[in-house]
Amino acid sequence: MIDKAAIANTPARETRPAGDLRKLLRPHRILLVLMAATLVIYMVMTMRWDWLPEYWPMLLVGVWHTILLLITSALLGFLLAVPLGLVQVTGPAPLSWLARSFCTIIRGTPLLLQLWLIYYGVGSLFPQIPEIRNSFLWPYLREAWPYGILALTLSFAGYEGEVMRGAFAGVPRGELDAARAFGMGRFTTLRRIWLPRAIHRALPTLNGDMVLQLKSTPLVATITVIDVYAVISRIRQDTYLVYEPLLFLALVYMCLTAILVMIFRYFEARIPTRGA
Amino acid sequence: MSIQWELLALTPPGWGGLLLQGLLTSLQIAGGGYLLGLSLGIGGAFGKLYGGPVLRDLLECYTTIVRAVPELVLILLLYYAGTDLLNRILTSLGADTIDINGLAAGIMVVGIVQGAYSTEVLRGAIKAIPFGEIEAARAFGMPPLLMLRRVTWPAMLPHALPGLSNLWLIATKDTALLAVIGFTELTLATRQAGGATKAYFLFFCAAGALYLAVTLVSNGIVALLERRARRGLPSPR
Repeated sequence: MIDKAAIANTPARETRPAGDLRKLLRPHRILLVLMAATLVIYMVMTMRWDWLPEYWPMLLVGVWHTILLLITSALLGFLLAVPLGLVQVTGPAPLSWLARSFCTIIRGTPLLLQLWLIYYGVGSLFPQIPEIRNSFLWPYLREAWPYGILALTLSFAGYEGEVMRGAFAGVPRGELDAARAFGMGRFTTLRRIWLPRAIHRALPTLNGDMVLQLKSTPLVATITVIDVYAVISRIRQDTYLVYEPLLFLALVYMCLTAILVMIFRYFEARIPTRGA
Repeated sequence: MSIQWELLALTPPGWGGLLLQGLLTSLQIAGGGYLLGLSLGIGGAFGKLYGGPVLRDLLECYTTIVRAVPELVLILLLYYAGTDLLNRILTSLGADTIDINGLAAGIMVVGIVQGAYSTEVLRGAIKAIPFGEIEAARAFGMPPLLMLRRVTWPAMLPHALPGLSNLWLIATKDTALLAVIGFTELTLATRQAGGATKAYFLFFCAAGALYLAVTLVSNGIVALLERRARRGLPSPR
């Protein structure tokens, strides 16, 4: 089975204790940092960055759209993933089978293909249906971003549904039995015990998958959604520059990833892990 | 609206042949990229585990950067910058510029991305071997290569296989990103067929089925390999 998370979750950097600054700054590291700094200074001095101030407002809007896409699709996708995981563990056989096929299909096909299927395929069907053309939704359905969010959401739900399945199944049965012994109903048990414990178990995987989700957002630029990647493509067309905008884009994504990782590290540190 | 199945016919009025051709190209890139990534990963894992401090830091930079930047951006960066850089080097050496074959560029790009991930997978797998097994092999006086073949490799494989099979599936799906730089693999072929006939739904579903078939067949093969690699080990659960 595909499990991107297992790969993404291996920590990108070995965690170092904060006080270990001397170990961090061993002579060869200082030399490497100096060499990197020289390279950066060389690139700043010799490459063309004069386009940057001119496009700065557009870039900020692009970054904002990327963040919006990430947050909306991850939130909606997670809300969808909870029932997807749950029915695979407890649900009636047909529902469980449906959820499993959904996860397999989403995880077995490239996101770009899903995106294009939704945008070109579904998007080309809608104008043929007069009820949709005349409904209040039409002004939105004419835009590209709802299709982008839909594709990203479904993809996130497919991967996370599988993660939540494992998390729900991994909660010790004794805890659920204890809840029942207390006289909790099925729904109360789910709300108070099963779901919180499952989310707790899935949290590290979810963090890794959020980074993967961030990395798949630029695909929506192929259906004319203006995210930071689309802004950079526009700059590349306008200025005929090859390296500079792409290097800048890589820097932007590295910063976003770092911020995301730090936010999650903060939350993970706040949640007690004893007996997880 | 009825489905026009004849559009999927293999001979020219239908587009099925183009789709299968695209699938073949996708598999070629995925296979080549995977093998390149695997060799980079083997080198990277050994470098990270046994290399000097400088090499280890450089490899850390490589894996961190590749895993923080979206594949799409890496593909663009490596494709344009890579070909441009190669041609600049060639001209400075006085040679003629060459047109880089799209297939080779695709394999290189997918391979470099895969290399970073497989470095981590293999490093983790080698670290998961109980050190006593290596010590025992040394105590028997095994030379390093024999030890690699008889102890390290078979002991590491059960730990590495799940990660490596994931990477293969990611490689098959990453080839779709090459559509963005205008390389005619399965996804772009599908879009061309859809654009020409306006039967987007049919073609995208057909391509999805092809990708899914690749995934399911791969899963079957991986399950067999895993059973063989794990023989004699207690079952995971």
